[in-house]
Amino acid sequence: MSEMVIEASGLTKKYGAATAVDHISFGVGRGEIFGLLGPNGAGKTTTILMMLGLTDISEGGIRVLGFDPAREPLSVKRRVGYLPDTVGFYDQLTAADNLRYTARLIGFKKAEREQKIAAALERVGLAEFAEKRVSTYSRGMRQRLGLAEILMKGAQIAILDEPTSGLDPHATSELLAIIRAFKAEGVSVLLSSHLLERVQSVCDRVALFSGGRIALMGSVAELGREILGGGFVVDIEAEGAGLAERLALIPGVSGVERTGISKLRLHADRDVRPEAAVEVVASQGRLRFLGVQEPSLDAIYNRYFETRASEELAMKDRTRHAA
Amino acid sequence: MRREGSAFQGVGVVTLKELSDHLTSVRMRVLEWLVVLVALAALYGAIQQIKDTTAEDPFLFLRLFTTSRDPLPSFVSFISFLVPLMAIGLGFDAVNGEYTRRTLSRILSQPIYRDALLFGKFLAGVATLAISLITLWLLVMGLGLLLIGIPPGAEEIGRCILFLIVTIIYAGVWLAVAMLFSIVFRSAATAALVTLGIWLVITFIWPVLAGAVAQVIVPIDPRYAALGLQTPGTVEAEHILARLSPSTLFAETVVAILDPTTRSLGPIYLSQMQGAVLGAPLPIGESILIAWPQTVGMIASAIVLFVIGYVIFQRQEVRA
Repeated sequence: MSEMVIEASGLTKKYGAATAVDHISFGVGRGEIFGLLGPNGAGKTTTILMMLGLTDISEGGIRVLGFDPAREPLSVKRRVGYLPDTVGFYDQLTAADNLRYTARLIGFKKAEREQKIAAALERVGLAEFAEKRVSTYSRGMRQRLGLAEILMKGAQIAILDEPTSGLDPHATSELLAIIRAFKAEGVSVLLSSHLLERVQSVCDRVALFSGGRIALMGSVAELGREILGGGFVVDIEAEGAGLAERLALIPGVSGVERTGISKLRLHADRDVRPEAAVEVVASQGRLRFLGVQEPSLDAIYNRYFETRASEELAMKDRTRHAA
Repeated sequence: MRREGSAFQGVGVVTLKELSDHLTSVRMRVLEWLVVLVALAALYGAIQQIKDTTAEDPFLFLRLFTTSRDPLPSFVSFISFLVPLMAIGLGFDAVNGEYTRRTLSRILSQPIYRDALLFGKFLAGVATLAISLITLWLLVMGLGLLLIGIPPGAEEIGRCILFLIVTIIYAGVWLAVAMLFSIVFRSAATAALVTLGIWLVITFIWPVLAGAVAQVIVPIDPRYAALGLQTPGTVEAEHILARLSPSTLFAETVVAILDPTTRSLGPIYLSQMQGAVLGAPLPIGESILIAWPQTVGMIASAIVLFVIGYVIFQRQEVRA
């Protein structure tokens, strides 16, 4: 993460009086998968369009691979691949013809064009459908064709806007596998989504958007510690006499909670799975399940906004009293 | 600050792609057949009429385009309302089609400017119209040769070629109108309806309306009326107003080019006619001079319409 490929500082977009993106700053490192997450209308797509020079920047600045998209859009667009939200292709043309058109726009020579198109379609598993019209394609195939376009371009940064929305679970996992492959090749990926759970698994770091601002930024684990109180939650399913009491004595465990028949939940300040296992075995209990809960983005997101809302409420209360 | 690179990067690629789309589209097939059938009908009428009446016309070949026989209008009048239809048919979904197919942001994220997309689309449209008009023109010339049996002279050929060029320019004007509305309206159906509506108003209603409006601006002088003459001011105002319509400009240009005896397209005073041999044809150069302002007017309106569309397109949000 030594080298930043995208650096935004105080980036702002205003539509008249409304502010769509409000002074956001973030950086994306080379080979990193960065998630822009948040509800619809939070300013994710606007941020992406400013990054590509497709919409004017009202304030602040952004540099993509060292270029200013507002002044040098062609240099940026030559090196960055973009998969728009619900990407469209020319339905009457075949997949290969669609890519040929893009390749010509990029300016590839004829020989390298054909070779690159074939390789890209092969990578996303569309080689056998290359000469089929895009009108016969499913949603997932179109998204994959969009990724093939980015591969063909040889982009250093792939910007994917809602790549998994509207896809079935199988198509989603296929798509996420291709996205992971980007990372393996050193391509930075910037991913926007409103589906927090789906992208949690692929993102190195995320920025949670809310109302045009970045509310939270960091890796999912970091955010979990920060927002959810830094605790680890360990679930155990085991039988054994006085198990709950014994587990409560493990150093670092702050509480034991019974969640079902022979099901216990430990709250601890560190990962206490090894000690818990030892205790169960020592009490001659039968261990059926032992697992630590990964912090979920949904939980982080909800918790964050709950606290924010209650703080604001308290604020209002205070001002009312003051008045 | 200047932006990097050329605005024309990618124009050729877009043009070729759009051209191939046009030429393979069903829409184009329909338009072509419509034009060919209509042209044949008009030509048939014209040839019947020529065979019956005119025997000693020095510009017999040009009569092919302008002569009509009831109930069919002449080839020129057919062209003057079919060409706008063709242009609108090709251009009404040029830009909003990219939005509805959701291809716009993907194409614009390639290393080209929006300028290239718009220029390319316009050039492809003009090229498509030019191809079909040239085909049609050759068809009419060939059939005319066969059916009349008299080869055209050099001047007639020159005038025919000018007619072709002017028709292509006229098509360009309507293509610019159609593209402008395809930028303004996100729905292709709305754009098509509005453009057709404007075409109807401009072509059929405006010429009538221009006379009425002119009488409001410059009221008729009763002294001229008593003499049974038109008031010069009113007539001039009417001409100026009528010429706001590209259809009027086209009709006037065609009259000047295809009818060598045309000496003026506006009102003319008797004093100006002194010494003129009425009905004598003008040389081709003089006819061009008469048609020049109208032709420039058409080119200018195409450019202005294109620029308005261009400015709106540049400021438009890419997201669908």
